[in-house]
Amino acid sequence: MTELRGPGVRPRSLDARALAALAANPGCRRRALLDGAGVDKGALARALGSPAAYGQSQFALARGNSFEARVKADGGLELLRLVCERLAPGTAAPEDGAVARPDLSAAGPEGRAARTALALREATAAGGWALLDHPLLAMEVAGSPAYVEPDAVVVHPDGSWTVVEIKSFPMIDGTADAAKVGAAARQAAVYVLALEAVAEHTAAHTGRPARVRDRALLVCPKDFSNLPTAAAVDVRKQRATTRRQLARLTRVEEIAAALPPGTTFDLRLADDGQTPTRPAAELAEAVDAVTAAYAPECLAACELAFHCRRRSRQDGAVESLGRGLRGELGGLRTIEEALAAAGGAPGADPDDPAVQALRTAAALRAAALSGRAPRQGEDTCH
Amino acid sequence: MSLIETLARMEAVAAGRAQPLTTVRHRHLAERPLVLVPLTTAGEAGAPLGALVGTDREKPLLLTVPQPRDRDLRFGFLADLAEAVLPYVDGFADDVEFEERKETDAETGQKVPVQVELCTDAPQVIVPSAAGIDYVRLLGRSMRFRRTAEQEPETPHPAPPHVPLLGRWFTHLGERARVPGAGLLLSMTGLLSRHWATGQSVLEDQHLGALLAWITPPPGVPAPQAAEYAEAARDADGQLRCPPAGPATDPAFDNRLLAPAMAGYDAGLPGAEEALRALVESQLRPTWDAVWQGIDLLRGLPEGARVADRWKRDRWSYTAHRDRIRAGEPPQPKQDDAVTAARKLAAREAAQAQLDAQEALDDPLVMAARRLAGEALYGTVTAVEMAFSEGRRPMPRPLVTLHTDDRPQLSEGVKVHRPLADGRTQTAEFVGYAAGEEGAPVVRLTGGMGRSRTPEPGSVPEPGETTCWTLFEHAPRGGPGLPEPEDTPWTHGGPPSGPGDAPPAAPDPVTLEDFL
Repeated sequence: MTELRGPGVRPRSLDARALAALAANPGCRRRALLDGAGVDKGALARALGSPAAYGQSQFALARGNSFEARVKADGGLELLRLVCERLAPGTAAPEDGAVARPDLSAAGPEGRAARTALALREATAAGGWALLDHPLLAMEVAGSPAYVEPDAVVVHPDGSWTVVEIKSFPMIDGTADAAKVGAAARQAAVYVLALEAVAEHTAAHTGRPARVRDRALLVCPKDFSNLPTAAAVDVRKQRATTRRQLARLTRVEEIAAALPPGTTFDLRLADDGQTPTRPAAELAEAVDAVTAAYAPECLAACELAFHCRRRSRQDGAVESLGRGLRGELGGLRTIEEALAAAGGAPGADPDDPAVQALRTAAALRAAALSGRAPRQGEDTCH
Repeated sequence: MSLIETLARMEAVAAGRAQPLTTVRHRHLAERPLVLVPLTTAGEAGAPLGALVGTDREKPLLLTVPQPRDRDLRFGFLADLAEAVLPYVDGFADDVEFEERKETDAETGQKVPVQVELCTDAPQVIVPSAAGIDYVRLLGRSMRFRRTAEQEPETPHPAPPHVPLLGRWFTHLGERARVPGAGLLLSMTGLLSRHWATGQSVLEDQHLGALLAWITPPPGVPAPQAAEYAEAARDADGQLRCPPAGPATDPAFDNRLLAPAMAGYDAGLPGAEEALRALVESQLRPTWDAVWQGIDLLRGLPEGARVADRWKRDRWSYTAHRDRIRAGEPPQPKQDDAVTAARKLAAREAAQAQLDAQEALDDPLVMAARRLAGEALYGTVTAVEMAFSEGRRPMPRPLVTLHTDDRPQLSEGVKVHRPLADGRTQTAEFVGYAAGEEGAPVVRLTGGMGRSRTPEPGSVPEPGETTCWTLFEHAPRGGPGLPEPEDTPWTHGGPPSGPGDAPPAAPDPVTLEDFL
């Protein structure tokens, strides 16, 4: 893996957002390998001449941070009140001082993950409320370790754990943008999966039933204010999807083993640590050595998407027009092939239902565009 | 995406430019639309940064908020926006015609015809993209519960006059935009992608610049390259050459240009406000021009025959909201009650069915997709056999044999419909296949022939005539009626509480250390 990254390059850790994106496209070996090896895809995309289009505005960042700080202020009392209100109706919110806030600082990700596991075990054994601020959880992805960091985890007195996701998009009159809630739910599902492994250990060690609640708490600003409000989000479906997709991920070692010997994604950064000195053509060759599964959805989720899109368009792949096309067009893989089949080229199998449908569609479209009725007589329809 | 659209997209890739998806324009385009290009501040809900607005493409009104976190500056912006938009919206209110409508008389319970006003035209607001429509809705929500100083002199931070009124209109436009085929509030990306198929995916079509690049690539540049340039090309400072159509700004613009300019404004530097205005305009102006370019393109298409019918519904919608405001009704509630919500959904479903039918009837290219799906057929009449219904008064029920290459999904007794030259619809039912051949369906005409024993001349197709039959209704109606709000069953929350015992929609609380 170090060889793939290049000597002296620190691996980038996988966050839950990247994991959720990876799970949304499990067939992409390129992404699995680059993420698994901890390659900085953003820098790679810039070096390839197809930089990613997204970043974060400092206004959004400042607002997000100030909102999170506000939610967790006063020892997390406001947060615990929301947890009780949304997830444990009927129970009284804990008093000030009744919430344990274990210190989770430690050296290195392994240390922090171990510290988190210990804190969870202690809090569960103590049988009270506890709020873990930015715990670090370890999980295995495609055979390599990844660390994810939820905004917070709340331990209930009954030994159950709740994932808390704090977002700065507004919840107006009790509803929020469905796409953003969906993304938050997929992220929360990754945290739930990572916590489940810890819960198993904890139950075995403490003898107390420890379980992760399958409803995460989404905390957002209420309406147009910055007062927090919350909703319970059922993540069972996302958890099942993510679990299945992560299990389907080809093991990174297998992908790496299939690469030509000597393949590396090293940018050979100059001494300033920023300018890549490796020729783009050489890098492109290395990237192309591992296959990608490009779909337009990648544009919103992967730094390399512009590069993959260019390749996909050069190849004339039908997926570049939409993921669903592949199913519609059956065995026709490229736009050229599909158009040839529609035009009645001899190469296409005339018994293939996809080819038949395309030919009918092409004849109908041509007839409608040429403005004449398909058969003799006047077109009374229009 | 239908297979015909998929094919059109592939043809666009091969041709290197967008291909037509329709032969006519399926949306009403006002003579004098109001174009609104808003920009918002990242991370803040409903904190506008600026906007270009107006009906004159050469002279847009530029409104900016130099510091979006300042409540007074935001209110100033909204007041200016209200002054720019409300005269346009109200400008259609007094030009009315009279329509006759049947209403239930409160005393006798009988349906009696009444004369009601219908505005002869209605406003049309065009925003760049679908996100712009959501933003109009969001602004509407943020404004309509505000209280002006006149309403509540004691409340801190009173809203300027007209702002709540603009909120109600924006809310109405935003709600109307959810009705398929409606035209009071439209997005340019939605309009263009309805009429042209590009060689990129539906997701990429959301980018107005890229979409326009596919439809009218600059001379000498292939469309895919032009689209990529519009999407991602950056100058030496890392700024996009074609700013996004908003309302969200580009993060690189926020971080490198906007944030320093705002800091300068906060520090009270001379000329900082002008610099900010220029910055915001530099992001808005290209989108403003792109929207007008799109309007030009759409004007080049002939309007579909049934578009005016749908626009009339928009005029009804506008007139109804005008009446609600004139009657002094309170602003739209934050959440609809069960009956209103069910009504809205039913109306949208009916509008969708109607839109699908009307677009197909107006446009052979849209009809082609329905024929491919087995929902319509073109057939040449090969034989007509006179027959009569059984009963005391036999009526003509001629049997018409067709020849078709289409493969409609017919089964015995299925109703089919045919448009007649005078705009009426003739109904028939499928009887079977002549001589068992798939390409020779026989239908029995059941209507559209007048009331006498002999069919009206021209109402029965002649042999040799090409006819178009659809399996869908031409004027689909919604499902059964819904109960009145006061009869809402308990399963759906029961009758809504009356105006007396429900607290009026409270304005959003104003918190002290609010960013907003």
